[in-house]
Amino acid sequence: MKNKFLISVLWSFLFTLSSFAFALQAATNSAAKVPIRVGLILDKGGKDDKSFNSAAYLGATLAEKELGIQLKYIEATDDAAIETMMRSFAQKKYDLVIGIGFAMTDAVKKVSPLFPEVKFALIDAEVPGANVTSLLFEEHQGSYLVGALAAMNSKNKKVGFLGGMDVPLIHRFQMGYEAGAKSIDPKIAVIINYVGVDSSAWNNPAKAKELSLTQYRSGVDVIFGAAGASNNGLFDAVEETKKLAIGVDSNQNWVKPGLVLTSMLKRVDVAVLEVIKETNSGKFKAGTVRFGLKDKGIDYAVDQYNSKFFTAETSKKMEKIKQDIIAGKIKVPDYYKK
Amino acid sequence: MKKILLPLFSTFISLLMGLLLGSVIAAFADENPLHILQIIWNSGLGSKYDLGTTLYYANALALTGYSVAVAFHAGLFNIGAEGQLNMATLMVAIVGLTFPSVSPFLGIIISFSVAMMAGALWAGIAGLLKAYRGGHEVISTIMLNIIASALASWLITLPVLRNTENQNPETRQLSLSYFVRGADPLVKFFMDSPTSSSILIIFLLAILLWAFLFRTRTGFAIRATGQNEVAAELAGLNPKLMKVIAMLIAGACAGLVAIGEVNGHTGKFLLGFSPEFGFMGIAVALLARNQPLAIPPAAFLFAILHKGAGDLDIETKNITRDLAVVIQAVVVLSISISPWLEEKILAFMVNHKWGAKE
Repeated sequence: MKNKFLISVLWSFLFTLSSFAFALQAATNSAAKVPIRVGLILDKGGKDDKSFNSAAYLGATLAEKELGIQLKYIEATDDAAIETMMRSFAQKKYDLVIGIGFAMTDAVKKVSPLFPEVKFALIDAEVPGANVTSLLFEEHQGSYLVGALAAMNSKNKKVGFLGGMDVPLIHRFQMGYEAGAKSIDPKIAVIINYVGVDSSAWNNPAKAKELSLTQYRSGVDVIFGAAGASNNGLFDAVEETKKLAIGVDSNQNWVKPGLVLTSMLKRVDVAVLEVIKETNSGKFKAGTVRFGLKDKGIDYAVDQYNSKFFTAETSKKMEKIKQDIIAGKIKVPDYYKK
Repeated sequence: MKKILLPLFSTFISLLMGLLLGSVIAAFADENPLHILQIIWNSGLGSKYDLGTTLYYANALALTGYSVAVAFHAGLFNIGAEGQLNMATLMVAIVGLTFPSVSPFLGIIISFSVAMMAGALWAGIAGLLKAYRGGHEVISTIMLNIIASALASWLITLPVLRNTENQNPETRQLSLSYFVRGADPLVKFFMDSPTSSSILIIFLLAILLWAFLFRTRTGFAIRATGQNEVAAELAGLNPKLMKVIAMLIAGACAGLVAIGEVNGHTGKFLLGFSPEFGFMGIAVALLARNQPLAIPPAAFLFAILHKGAGDLDIETKNITRDLAVVIQAVVVLSISISPWLEEKILAFMVNHKWGAKE
């Protein structure tokens, strides 16, 4: 009995000692901490696409201001160079390398096992690995919401969808949008176009404009553009025709005030900021993180540029749909789970 | 001696001018030019992996360089190397997916023949149009580039070809009979960089093409056609046929890019895998003065610039990869003044009785 008591005392003593040591170590660590270095690889749209990549860049620059990290960003101008650039960052012992967009998947898959001490974050695709975190978004939920809003604002009962690159990710937007529009009016027509099939589709405003104009001329009055920098073509078209457009990823309401119904927010900025914060405080977690309506990782934008579309009634309706999706009362079809 | 040394000297001068102007721009952007050169040098040749990546670019640039150069010798301006290499790569992937279970030996032979034939056919269309219908090769090769990429964009969406494992616009992975990267000793040597033994092709081709152009009858006929079509015809040659042959060879050279890409690097066709190798090849051919033996070093140089460009973004504050493009452009521009420079040097030598003993 006495022995047991002694042992437990000894154990607890050891325990407190070690925790002290731990705390001390943590304190000295944070005192002598060098700012972490973050490499950001943007996809073809580039940091000025006012959409997907702009959001990522915004998140990273916020982190730079708030945390004093060292940030370097690179735009992938050709697909072959992504892996080389990722390796360059890793070889230069960057603490965190963030790949924006699914085009980086193969590169992360190949490079991350070679540099176990470097952390990798990947947006929009999943890669397993002890040093990789995959950041995914529930795009279909937000698309459902803006689809419903589009249907409420369509006089001709015809809404449009303009996708960037013809890939499963954007089909996910499309499916949610269609379901949302049909939930308001089952007979509504949804016209669908994609800008292209390779990554240049994210940055082809000229073609996007042609497609949008064709849709508007055929009687469509609201188009949801999920096309990265190509959305600028949609905005040119909406200015010419004075109809309505819906922006994507970043808040794009300001681009054409009064003509942008809303923007489906995909808070890539928040995701990027979060992952940098976690890495900075040494709490980087490998695995998959999903952002949805509940945590405001996905949302729709209301501000001074589009408040005229949000009457009390519309706001109430939208809020109800949103809560229903969060509560699971509305099941939004998911292209990934088809 | 004059025949070799003078062009070498003036090419060297144009290179120097490119680097000089690049340095001036760097200095204006508040960066140390020497530091910039050091970054490009380290990025291109710094480690075995970097060197391997540079060689991967050099391989493709040399092949497209040959493509442009051979056509030049027949008086044709082949802007279609991009379309030719895209068609060839696509076709190798398609044939590989259609016949997956052959022996690796046969797989390589099939890849080579499909790559060369697909490239040659694609270029041959432009050659035939030029020779027998007078359709200008610049227009038709540009059109064929666009058709090739449109065709690839469509084919890639077919479920039989499409890779469903990820969202990239690419074909499924070829079997190990074609994708022989794993057994390649050079890949291991270069630490798994994108290069492969296919780099050896360009050295072999340099000699073969030189011998063909300067030591065979057909090669002579091609060059005669390029220099003066009427004279060639009066001399009893067949300029039309020569143009078609030149385009076929040009296409086959560009098509060989597929070997390094499909068999040696990724094992699949990825839409847009080429960062416009076909157009960079024009600059390479210009720098090498269309001499097959000079093309590998010229391609290597442009590859270093291309590879080093990415690291400019990472390592400097104000300079982006575009500086490398500026250097390339200045080099090409200064080459256009080199005939004038050579003339002046020759005149100077004659006036001062240099080389009178020769």
